[in-house]
Amino acid sequence: MTASSSPEYLTVVPEIAGVGPVSAWGLLRLRQQLERGLPLTPRPYQALAELTGLSEQEVMAAIRQWQDQGLIKRFGLVVRHRTLGYTANAMVVWDIPDNQVLNLGRTLARAPFVTLCYQRPRRLPDWPYNLFCMIHGVDRQRVLSQLATLIADQGLEQTPHAVLFSTKAYRQRGGRYVSHD
Amino acid sequence: MRLDTTDRQLINLFQRELPVCERPYEAMSRQLGIAEEDVIERLQLLQDSQVLSRVGPVFEHSRAGTSLLAAVAAPDEQLDIVAARVNRAPGVNHNYAREHTYNLWFVMTAPDEDTLEERLDELEHQLRLPMLRLPMVEAHHIDLGFDIDWEALP
Repeated sequence: MTASSSPEYLTVVPEIAGVGPVSAWGLLRLRQQLERGLPLTPRPYQALAELTGLSEQEVMAAIRQWQDQGLIKRFGLVVRHRTLGYTANAMVVWDIPDNQVLNLGRTLARAPFVTLCYQRPRRLPDWPYNLFCMIHGVDRQRVLSQLATLIADQGLEQTPHAVLFSTKAYRQRGGRYVSHD
Repeated sequence: MRLDTTDRQLINLFQRELPVCERPYEAMSRQLGIAEEDVIERLQLLQDSQVLSRVGPVFEHSRAGTSLLAAVAAPDEQLDIVAARVNRAPGVNHNYAREHTYNLWFVMTAPDEDTLEERLDELEHQLRLPMLRLPMVEAHHIDLGFDIDWEALP
């Protein structure tokens, strides 16, 4: 379960290379700006500094700290796979005995084409599945053959599962928690 | 859009980690053996053509709020209407039709658990459809970018 606590981005950035306490509002604004991505100018952190009232050093220190804390889980290029031609997306759901689900989840997560792997609760009788994997592929056939490989490799032939291909994306965007809905 | 070898390298090298220094694009350009302005120009083009949604970062939102995967079984002929209603609800950031009796899957987010519950109750009441609510119990692997199989692309 996700515990909602006091927002961590309001914590003060500690002393890092001459950076002292930082304005909480500046950090909040920084987070809002960062959700739009890094500006494409030669000194992007300086550009963010001007937008947030922080200094360039403070911006960089805050980003490094958020990376260390895991608040930023990945600081890299965010690719739209659909544009590249990865048009098939399957949510594969499994009904795994409770005493095996943790280990199997860890195993499936390591498959190179599995992008997400989550445990969620069953909702009987309508929903018996407790493990969810997302597989992205260039086309449906390729996704199904990757899945067949996975099933054979892991001996999952007898494991109840369902493949839910997506047929339409009505909305697809990163969550925005600090902007107002 | 056709991506050349340099574009592909740029994506391969920097999906997971961007430099945090005064001139990050200059640092990237040295790794690629091209000019700084060339990196900036390519990123701009990739962004404009929707190959990139943005140049990082990906926040771990569960640390700054809460979210839940939900699904409803909509009558097929009403799917678009139901999906539009779901999109109008506050906090919905993913919403997909999928091939199953539960044919509409969406992620609802909120600043805290109570608000999340209220938003879901309100939406369920509006839609008059039973809703599956599937919070995350354990995450084993969370979108860290993946190696693109360039050869397989159309």
